[in-house]
Amino acid sequence: MADDILRIRTPIGIDYTWSSGPGSVVYMRGLENGKLIGRRCPDCELVYFPPRNGICPRCGVLLAAEVEVGPRGTITTFCVVNVPFLGQTIKIPYVAATILLDGADIGMQHLIQECEAADVRMGMRVEPVWKDKSEWTPSLENILYYKPTGEPDADFDVYARHL
Amino acid sequence: MRDVAIVAYIEGQNTSATTLSPVEMIVPVVHEVLKRANVQRSDIDFWCHGSCDYMTGQPFSFVSAVDALGAWPPIMESHVEMDGAWALYEAWVKIQTGEANTALVFGNGKSSAGDMNRALTLQLDPYVVAPLWPGFRSLEAMGARAAIDAGTVTERQMADVVSRSLRDAADNPNVLAYGYRDADELLDEPMTANPLRAHDCPAMADGVAAIIITTADRALEMCDRPAWIRGIDHRIDFQNLGLRDLSRSNSAALASFHAGVTKDKVDVAELHATYSHHEIILAQSMGIDRSTTRMMPSGGALVANPLMAAGLARFGQAARQIFKGNADRAVAHAAQGACLQQNIVAVLEGN
Amino acid sequence: MAAPGTPPIIATVGPDGSLMAPLRLFYPYDRTVGAVIGRFLTSLAEKKIEGTRGVDASVHVPPLEFDPATGAALTEWVAVGDTGLVLTWSWQPEPFADNTLQQPFAWALILLDGADTPMLHAVRVASVSEMSTGMRVRAVWAAEPTPSITAIMCFEPEDAHG
Repeated sequence: MADDILRIRTPIGIDYTWSSGPGSVVYMRGLENGKLIGRRCPDCELVYFPPRNGICPRCGVLLAAEVEVGPRGTITTFCVVNVPFLGQTIKIPYVAATILLDGADIGMQHLIQECEAADVRMGMRVEPVWKDKSEWTPSLENILYYKPTGEPDADFDVYARHL
Repeated sequence: MRDVAIVAYIEGQNTSATTLSPVEMIVPVVHEVLKRANVQRSDIDFWCHGSCDYMTGQPFSFVSAVDALGAWPPIMESHVEMDGAWALYEAWVKIQTGEANTALVFGNGKSSAGDMNRALTLQLDPYVVAPLWPGFRSLEAMGARAAIDAGTVTERQMADVVSRSLRDAADNPNVLAYGYRDADELLDEPMTANPLRAHDCPAMADGVAAIIITTADRALEMCDRPAWIRGIDHRIDFQNLGLRDLSRSNSAALASFHAGVTKDKVDVAELHATYSHHEIILAQSMGIDRSTTRMMPSGGALVANPLMAAGLARFGQAARQIFKGNADRAVAHAAQGACLQQNIVAVLEGN
Repeated sequence: MAAPGTPPIIATVGPDGSLMAPLRLFYPYDRTVGAVIGRFLTSLAEKKIEGTRGVDASVHVPPLEFDPATGAALTEWVAVGDTGLVLTWSWQPEPFADNTLQQPFAWALILLDGADTPMLHAVRVASVSEMSTGMRVRAVWAAEPTPSITAIMCFEPEDAHG
């Protein structure tokens, strides 16, 4: 860039009050108590975890029944992160995975730790490692990461429709 | 040109501070407007949405709003970072091209999520204006003074607008400003953002508005008396306030001319006048005679201003006057930007 | 990386059970301002105000990069005064934390001497009764002006210091 072109810093900070909306409350309250609560769509019957906004985006209707899912699940897909970036808090390389919790129809994203990145694979069975109970808040951050259970891998057919 | 009509309009409950997420606000309104037109989701072949990320505090927030629509199988959808009235324009164009026949248009905003007076500063010039953080109300107040000094608006006229809006608000269950007061009482109130008084400024709201528009072959199936869009146009002025005469709105005048507002008598006008002086400036610029046209029977945006939905609500409220047979010819208008910078105008007719 | 001024996340509960929490969105925008605005802002840091001359000979302050009527690039610079006329104004009863003034003040479109289009800035007066359309004002420079519109801290009545 030419030296004679001025750059100015114009920081902006805006304050908001965010609301979860009532549809996500059971999910957040569940996390606060160490439970993974999804919700079922009354039309297509898929179980969503997280039940984002309490809406089935496929049907555009309010979700209904609460369904406890997991805590174990199956890795459906994953990536190995080798690229450092500003604000990174985890040592690279690490694995970010989509995990299909047992009983859920939609994968959720989380970290995989306690194994080599090279050993992570589709179908791998994993379970959550929770923060100390005293630190629990209504947040998925209560789960530090997922780790392999050591169970045999799930058959591809089990998760093929959830990729 | 294809004949296109507004056939259904629904607005969500306007509230001062909802705890619902934006998606939760939208879902029931979409269901309700489909029901009103007696159609299914599958009858909608184009969806168009207006909203503002700076209101939600989330980049690409419109992407999550699609969750409210039931986008499976995938739908033809678009979004404008504007009031829903501009989404209606895009849908109207889409229908004109023949790519769609029936469109659902919605706008939503959650004004209570933050200080919108301050946040809206960010739509101004980012180099020599926004770093001063003027806030929106201050700019509108400068526009009001420019019009007062020019003699095109008087404080008495502004108070009359507020008084009439409060009177009409009594018949509208979906407003946030109540209590009729006459102009004398209003003029006794102290000025806040001088020359504006508190009641000259809009009652900010969280809300949703949704409209269905369709072509001539289906309009009568969906509505007994459709509101035919006989003309529609939108124009924009300079962003630079120093280059504009703030006592008038050139873009509103041009949009009005090209929409054909003055070709015939206007029974009803729903103008997106968020500050009391806007109505007077707009009517003058658009060629609307306020003494013969019924102005804002809904009470207008002064008494309920759900940002990004309030402009589309003017289109819906104008259409309602046609639906009910109260008007044969109505003008709908929406504005965006500081001091009536950008304006969209439509002429709606019952026949 | 937490944004400056990020509030602690303490959730509150809404009447319908919704969990609510404060969020601060922060962007440290770094902008390249281009040659024209760059010269304008650099001059401000030296306590000089300059505009560009339009095709119709109008002097625009802040400078326009392109003529509003013809789109022609504007390259002729004109120095203008740091005094001028209030064309319209309004009152800000409660300042934002980001404003250059932290007491109630006025906003004004100010036509600087030698300019043909007005610019927006703050005007410092003790009370709203001291404001009027047509009043003359003078720029008050920041103690240490930087290349920014805030190099001018505000304006004040021209006769404020006799």
